[in-house]
Amino acid sequence: MKSTPLLDVKDLRVRVGAKEILKDVNFSINTGEIHAIFGPNGSGKTTLLNALMGFSGYTVTGEIWFKGQNIIDLPIDERARLGLGISFQRPPTIRGVKLRELITASARRNGERLDELARGLNLTDFLEREINVGFSGGEIKRAELLQLLLQDPDMILLDEPESGVDLENIHLIGEYTNHVLGRKQTPKGSRTLKQIYSQTRKSGLVITHTGHILEYVNVDVGHVLMEGRIACQANPREMLHTIRDCGFKECYRCFRQGDHI
Amino acid sequence: MSTQAGDSAADLDLSIYREDVPAHPPLTDLAGLSAGDQKQLLLAGVDPGEKERSGSFFQMDHSVVHCRSRHEGVEMLAVGDALQKYDGLKEYWWRAVAVDKDVYTRRAEARHGQGYFIRAHAGAKVHYPLQACLYLTEDKLTQDVHNIVIAEENAELNIITGCATSHGVRSGLHVGVSEFYVKKGATLSFTMIHHWPEQMAVRPRTAVIVEEGGTFISNYICLVPARDIQMYPSVTLKGPHAAASLNSVLMARPGSLMDVGSRVLMEAPDCRAEIISRAVSTGGKIIARGHLVGAQAGAKAHLECKGLLLSKQGAIHAIPELEARTPDVEMSHEAAVGKIARDEIEYLMARGLSEQDATSLIIKGFLTLEIVGLPPNLKKELDRMIAETDVDAM
Repeated sequence: MKSTPLLDVKDLRVRVGAKEILKDVNFSINTGEIHAIFGPNGSGKTTLLNALMGFSGYTVTGEIWFKGQNIIDLPIDERARLGLGISFQRPPTIRGVKLRELITASARRNGERLDELARGLNLTDFLEREINVGFSGGEIKRAELLQLLLQDPDMILLDEPESGVDLENIHLIGEYTNHVLGRKQTPKGSRTLKQIYSQTRKSGLVITHTGHILEYVNVDVGHVLMEGRIACQANPREMLHTIRDCGFKECYRCFRQGDHI
Repeated sequence: MSTQAGDSAADLDLSIYREDVPAHPPLTDLAGLSAGDQKQLLLAGVDPGEKERSGSFFQMDHSVVHCRSRHEGVEMLAVGDALQKYDGLKEYWWRAVAVDKDVYTRRAEARHGQGYFIRAHAGAKVHYPLQACLYLTEDKLTQDVHNIVIAEENAELNIITGCATSHGVRSGLHVGVSEFYVKKGATLSFTMIHHWPEQMAVRPRTAVIVEEGGTFISNYICLVPARDIQMYPSVTLKGPHAAASLNSVLMARPGSLMDVGSRVLMEAPDCRAEIISRAVSTGGKIIARGHLVGAQAGAKAHLECKGLLLSKQGAIHAIPELEARTPDVEMSHEAAVGKIARDEIEYLMARGLSEQDATSLIIKGFLTLEIVGLPPNLKKELDRMIAETDVDAM
C-alpha cells in the first residue's frame, strides 16, 4: 500500500487553444503528504490544479492516477466524489443560491457540524447569503475552506489560500487550512495523536506566492514550476528562502542548465 | 409575434373558444373541493385550507362560488355585487384601464361584472394575504374578468391571485382586466401566480394608480407552460414619493410565447420605481419588456432584465426602455441574456454535484428573487414553488 502514491501525475501536457502551458509534468504525492508549488506568474501553476480537477477549456494528455485509477477522462464531479477537492482562488458568484444550500447539497461527511464549523470561521451569517456575492477576499477564502471541510476530500488542491487575506485573517485561514488537511486534532481516548493522525492526515497540493501559508501548514515537498515544467523539487522552506533572497533567477539558472525533472 | 399591448386588433383566433357553461353552485368552504382541484389551487398559491389567509375569493368558470373576507378591515365581493352596492363604482370602473383599449378590454366589458372587488379600509393592516382564484373547469372555455382593488389611505394589504384550471383542461382563454388604486400612504402587494395548461392563451390587462407616499408591489410568477401570454401592466405614480416595484419570474417551455412587460410612469416628484425580471427559456420564446418614464424631478428608477436561454429552439428578447422627460432624474437599466456560465456549473461540480444537479441549482437560484416587502410566509411559498419546478425537463 505504502508504495502506491495517492496522486501520480505522468507526462502531463496541457494546452489552451494552440498554446502549450504545461509540457511534460511528472510528480507524485503520497498519502498524508503536502506539497507546495512555487513559480513565477504565468508558469502554469493554476493550470496544473485546473487540469487535475478536470475543468473545461484545457486540452489535457498524459496520465493522472488517483487512488489507483487514471482519472484523466473523468468529469469534474466524479473526480470530486472520488475524493479530490479544490479551493478556488477566484470562485464565481452564484446568484440566488445560498451558501448553506450548496454545502448541504455537496457535504459528503461532517454535515451535522456545519453550523459549528461556520461559527469557527466567522461565517454564520454568510450561510444565508448568496454564494460569494459581495464577499471580500478573506471571506471568499474562508467560505472555500468551509465548503472543503464539509466536502471532506482526501486530496486537496489549494490555489493561493492566503491571497487577498488581511493579516487579521491569515491566522484563521492558516489554522483552518490545517484543519481541512486533517492536521488539527486533539488526543482522544486511548489513541495517541500519532495514531489519530495516521488515519486523518490528508494530502495536499498548495500553490503559494508569498509562502505565508507555510508558516501554518507543514509542507513536506516543494516544487518549482517554470515554463510549464517542474524545474526543481526540494525542501520547501529552503526553496522559499532561495526564492525570497534571489527571486526565481536562481531557479532559471538551474533550469537553463537542463537540470529539471 | 411581438404584438404590443395596446394593439386593438385581436392577435388570437377567438372563434375557437366557447362562452356557454353551466353555473356552479356556491361553495361554503374551499376545502370542499375535490382533492384534484385542491392540488391545482395549491400549485397556483391558493390554499384551500385558508391557512394564514385573511379571506378567499373563488370564481369557477363564470360563477363566483365562494367569497368571504375574514378580516374586518377588508371588504371582498364579487365585482358584480360591488357594482350594484356602490352605484357602478364610478370612481374606479374603467378609470385606470381604458375600456376601448383593445379587443380584450371590450370582451371584459361585454361580460360585465365577473371578477372580484377588494377594498382595504383606511388604516387597516391586513397581515395575512387575501387569496383570489380564477379557475377554469372546461376545455376551450373563456373567462373574462374585471377586478377592482382599492387600498384606502394608509392601509396595508396583500393579495395572492392564483389562476389555474382543472386537471384535464388543455386549452382556454383567460382575459383579466385589473384596476388597482393605492391611496395616500397605502401599501399594496399583489402576487399573481399562473398555473396554466399547455394550450392556454392569457391576456391580463392591468393598470395601477398610486397616490402620494403609496407603494405598489407586484410579483408575477409563471413557471409552467402556457401557449401564449401577453401582458404589459402599467403603473402610474400620481403623488409625490409614491413607489412601485414590479417583479416577474418566467419560465417558457417549447411552444410557449410569453410577452411580458412592466411599465411605470413617474408623474409626481420624488417617485421611485424598480422593475426586475428573470426569464428562463427551455425552448419557448420570451419577450421581456420594461419601460420607465421619469416625468418629474427626483425620480429614481432601475430596470433589471435577465434571461437564461437554455435551448437552441428558444429565444429571449429583452427590451428595456428608459424615458426621462426632465433632467433631474436617476434612471438605469441592466440587461443580460445568455446561457449559464460554464464556470458556475463547474464550480458546483467541483463540490461533487452532477452537471444536471448543478445546472438545476443555478437555474433555481436565478429564478429566486429577493423581493423586498414580501410577507415571509409568501416568500416561503414562492421558494417552494421554484424548488419544485421541474427544471430538469430540458
